[in-house]
Amino acid sequence: MNWIQHLGRNAIDRVAAIGRASMMLFGAIFGKPNFVKGFPLLVKQLYVVGVLSLIIILVSGLFIGMVLALQGYTVLVGYGAEGSLGQMVSLSLLRELGPVVTALLFAGRAGSALTAEIGLMKATEQLTSLEMMAVDPLKRIIAPRFWAGVISMPILALMFSSIGLLGGHLVGVEWLGVDSGGFWSVMQASVDFEKDVLNGVIKSIVFAIVVTWIAIFKGYDAIPTSEGISQATTQTVVQSSLAVLGFDFVLTALMFG
Amino acid sequence: MSEQNNTPAPLVELKNVTFSRGDRLIYDDISMSFPKGKVTAIMGPSGIGKTTLLRLIGGQLRPDSGEILVADKNIPSLSRSELYKAREKMSMLFQSGALFTEMSVFDNVAFPIREHTKLPEDIIRSMVLMKLESVGLRGARDLMPNELSGGMARRAALARSIALDPELIMYDEPFVGQDPISMGVLVRLIKSLNNSLNLTSIVVSHDVKELMSIADYIYIIAEKRVIGHGTKEQLLASESPLVQQFLKGEADGPVPFHFNASPLAEDLM
Repeated sequence: MNWIQHLGRNAIDRVAAIGRASMMLFGAIFGKPNFVKGFPLLVKQLYVVGVLSLIIILVSGLFIGMVLALQGYTVLVGYGAEGSLGQMVSLSLLRELGPVVTALLFAGRAGSALTAEIGLMKATEQLTSLEMMAVDPLKRIIAPRFWAGVISMPILALMFSSIGLLGGHLVGVEWLGVDSGGFWSVMQASVDFEKDVLNGVIKSIVFAIVVTWIAIFKGYDAIPTSEGISQATTQTVVQSSLAVLGFDFVLTALMFG
Repeated sequence: MSEQNNTPAPLVELKNVTFSRGDRLIYDDISMSFPKGKVTAIMGPSGIGKTTLLRLIGGQLRPDSGEILVADKNIPSLSRSELYKAREKMSMLFQSGALFTEMSVFDNVAFPIREHTKLPEDIIRSMVLMKLESVGLRGARDLMPNELSGGMARRAALARSIALDPELIMYDEPFVGQDPISMGVLVRLIKSLNNSLNLTSIVVSHDVKELMSIADYIYIIAEKRVIGHGTKEQLLASESPLVQQFLKGEADGPVPFHFNASPLAEDLM
């Protein structure tokens, strides 16, 4: 009987957490926005969440593009199809790897930082003291971080794909000797703006919402102790990574299935 | 309560407040009153929810029943926007200070002014410097919170909480973890700010000696209710064994030293 009880408790806790998370998000992004005060806060978070994630995103993008080209070449050359390398690299990046890997890296780099920051603010009573100063922490702390994540991740994903293509070109054309004109023209002919680029962007917007939402909620809902915050940070990375992979499957099935 | 007849009208009043957290009853039908312009102390053993009381007054928690009146407004019945309006007149000094770590001391103190007024920056500057001067930290305005000592951080937080000249200020354990010098400084500040700004102060603490020296009126809470209240002299003369145990700091008495347990012999067998 005990494990049934346990299962039930677990399920109730989870549903309650989703409810709290929805209330938090609702409180943060609905209602009268104050652009004069909100804009500088958003810009600062765009810097912290977006610009500071650039290095890891760009370096990873470059290397993943290079590895894709290398792996793709060794397989394609067996069929004498190395001319399609551009198509393979570009479609893999735009449809899958760009949005997914960016989201995973973003969860590790920016998501964990958001959780820890908000959790610590809670633990040091900064959130409560905002509330006592009649400043809504949802508007002041949560909303700018949410929007910064949602805005910056799709841009980061596009940058990831772009630099990945350059990495693929570097290995495929400069090193392995695939024809440069062929590389680009195959890509141009096979990539469809709406089907491939736009769908990739839609994917990464969905991932951005999921990852940022999980990250800020985990911080906001953290148990305000050092152990609680470390747990929350771990949960952010684990849960948002799993959520990204789950959503990716569903979205891929809907878009390309 | 005949002893309160000559005190000024209360700014804050708790009437028959009952509050529980989950299944655990924290306050059982307590009534208190905090006169305007005075320093009122709330003492009691740790872990009985003294901070909870301040959160109830601040409207962060809702009581199960009873009224909490601040300036004649019943806090639990206010809407969110009315509550925020009411909070502009009260402020709270947190145990940790709760300074915003990403801002300098100056910006911390300026924060509530910038949030709630549209004053030009040069007026804000003079306001902030005056507040910092009153806590003796004008020279520390450019420091970041992590560069301050514990006592300085609490004083900076104090400057921030009086930035908008509130009517009511609540201190949550202001003396915890302070060395004797900064403790003395804080004690003097609480009293002098109260008098010079005509504030109403509520101080929650268990530092009996420090509180006795500044409080005009004292409540002692234990076991979910008020076990004694009065001026310093009245309490010292109190015959309640609970009050005496608390004031003298005796380890065992009506509040037992041992946490509820089965007899030792039984446990060891």
